[in-house]
Amino acid sequence: MRLLLDIALGHLRNRKRQTVVSLLGVGLGVGFFIAIAAMMQGFQNYFIDKIIDVSPHIEMKDEYRNPPLQPVERLYAGGAVGLTGVKPKDEPRGIKQGRAKVAELELLPGVKASGYLSGEIILRYGAKDVSGTVVGIEPERERQVSKLENDLIAGALDNLYTTANGLLVGEGVAHKLGARMGDTITALTAAGVILKMKIVGIFNTGIVELDNFRVYTLLKKAQVLQDRPNVVNRIRLRLDDVNQAEALARRIEQRYGYRSESWQEANQNVLGIFVIQNGIMYSTTGAILVVAAFGIFNIISTVVLEKTRDIAILKSLGFTSGDVELIFVAEGLLVGVAGALLGWVLGYGMTEALGTIDLKTEGFIRAEGFILHYSPWHYIISALMAIGAATFAAYLPARKAARVYPVDIIRSAA
Amino acid sequence: MAEAAIRNAPDSVPVLELRGVTRVLPGPVPVTLVRDINLKIPRATFAAITGPSGSGKSSLLYLLSLLDRPTSGEVLLEGRAIDGLSDAARAGIRLKKLGFVFQFHFLLPEFTALDNVMLPMRKARLLEPRAMRARALDLLHQLDLDDSAHKLPGQLSGGQRQRVAIARALANDPHVIFADEPTGNLDTKNGRIVFDIFERLVDVEGRSVVTVTHDPDLAARAEMRIHIVDGRIV
Repeated sequence: MRLLLDIALGHLRNRKRQTVVSLLGVGLGVGFFIAIAAMMQGFQNYFIDKIIDVSPHIEMKDEYRNPPLQPVERLYAGGAVGLTGVKPKDEPRGIKQGRAKVAELELLPGVKASGYLSGEIILRYGAKDVSGTVVGIEPERERQVSKLENDLIAGALDNLYTTANGLLVGEGVAHKLGARMGDTITALTAAGVILKMKIVGIFNTGIVELDNFRVYTLLKKAQVLQDRPNVVNRIRLRLDDVNQAEALARRIEQRYGYRSESWQEANQNVLGIFVIQNGIMYSTTGAILVVAAFGIFNIISTVVLEKTRDIAILKSLGFTSGDVELIFVAEGLLVGVAGALLGWVLGYGMTEALGTIDLKTEGFIRAEGFILHYSPWHYIISALMAIGAATFAAYLPARKAARVYPVDIIRSAA
Repeated sequence: MAEAAIRNAPDSVPVLELRGVTRVLPGPVPVTLVRDINLKIPRATFAAITGPSGSGKSSLLYLLSLLDRPTSGEVLLEGRAIDGLSDAARAGIRLKKLGFVFQFHFLLPEFTALDNVMLPMRKARLLEPRAMRARALDLLHQLDLDDSAHKLPGQLSGGQRQRVAIARALANDPHVIFADEPTGNLDTKNGRIVFDIFERLVDVEGRSVVTVTHDPDLAARAEMRIHIVDGRIV
């Protein structure tokens, strides 16, 4: 109601300094939330986009999640049966009938698949040894399954076809070797194969782990290097809808038995950190708001004490306890709303300022400057938190104000 | 319209009636403020409650004016029992039928005189905003406060503030005006002005005024004198 609002405004105007301080408290809380949220969400989105771009959405490996059950365990499932000293069966490694499985998986709508052979490799150039992972690919399929081609900063994917023993290396690998595009280096594997290979492409994905340890060659060549002809040990899938990855991975694993990881599972550690990051962000800004709420509690308690006579007179004039309560809750609400608006401005300014900072980061990912994400949700959430906190902080003294018994005040004043 | 209601009320029904009213202040040592009061105030009466300090004058006024509830006994306003009503309903009656003037003017310091007078009207919302303003200005004019309408209470003299408080008490055209030592903080001249106004409210406008005072000269001007000693009418 207008009248109650007018009275509330009058009280706040009377305590300008305290009101401004509380407003700043709320504003800073909201502002920091918006700036931090933009920064973190920007980083997280960038990282997730990168992962989705660069790594497979689902990867099937030639391994099993759990060791196979022994017959006795299967028979007495859940029983107190233990079997020790079981020697694992010496199976040939690799995905059985890999090509047929790729063909089968491609039949799923919105799914592209490709078979790989992945193994350890040591690259030698001059006096330098660099170990890494070599992945055998088929360029024409790779185009459909990953964005590797876009990440090449030198050379081309098709060079693998045109150059015998061609090799695509990550920028970090090339840097560590001190080798450049076109240089011939020596590749060694645990199978005892030694090949002279030529660098025909250098890629930079922005994900440090890949750029520093990954090299690609033709699938056939990888099979030679590992001495495993016709074997694939990875099948990678790319989906049109990345959110289906987890569910599809579970289905694939159930069908084929091989361990199948969605990108979420493969990057669990990092995605887990994001959850903690968000928790830290909410609690930090929450703490600022709690402090601001104490400030609001403080002014409104003071106003209530100072205005007991006014409260008594309002009540004797015919204002109800509810009206009086509303007046003081409205004061908190006003500070909350004004603080939130101030915070929006501060937050927007801070994000803009962050955007201009020049900063090179090399951690999980490589990036220049802060990657910022502007979302109306940050503004809405922070404003709701601020207004809620301010209103609640005002509610407690407001209830006290509502309980003022006018006769007590008038009697003691007279 | 309220004035019409005042005129139309049957003469026989008193505006206010107390039946065996006792008010005890609870506590480790209960204090009896007023004891077994029976009282009828006819309409259009100027009543003065007198008595020594601590005799229970103000307590009686608070009971009559619905600010306080009796421990036992009954309060009737225009023949209607009001003790059973909720606090909100009693607040509504205070707003629309009763007016208050206190020893300390109790104006809201953040509002101008005009806004203070309009406060009960805006709460009651019986009039259009423009009509409220016109009525408030008219009330201030009647109390010779034309120049003070847009001043804050801090800029007014004690007598002016008390007259603004009276204007505010009249805002919703009340049937009864209660005054608690309204001249306590005023000099003789201003005190006389306040009582002149009260007399006019009773004689010309047909309202009732109930005032607490310890000034025997002023009390002598009231048609009905209620003298209280130790919580009893004597």
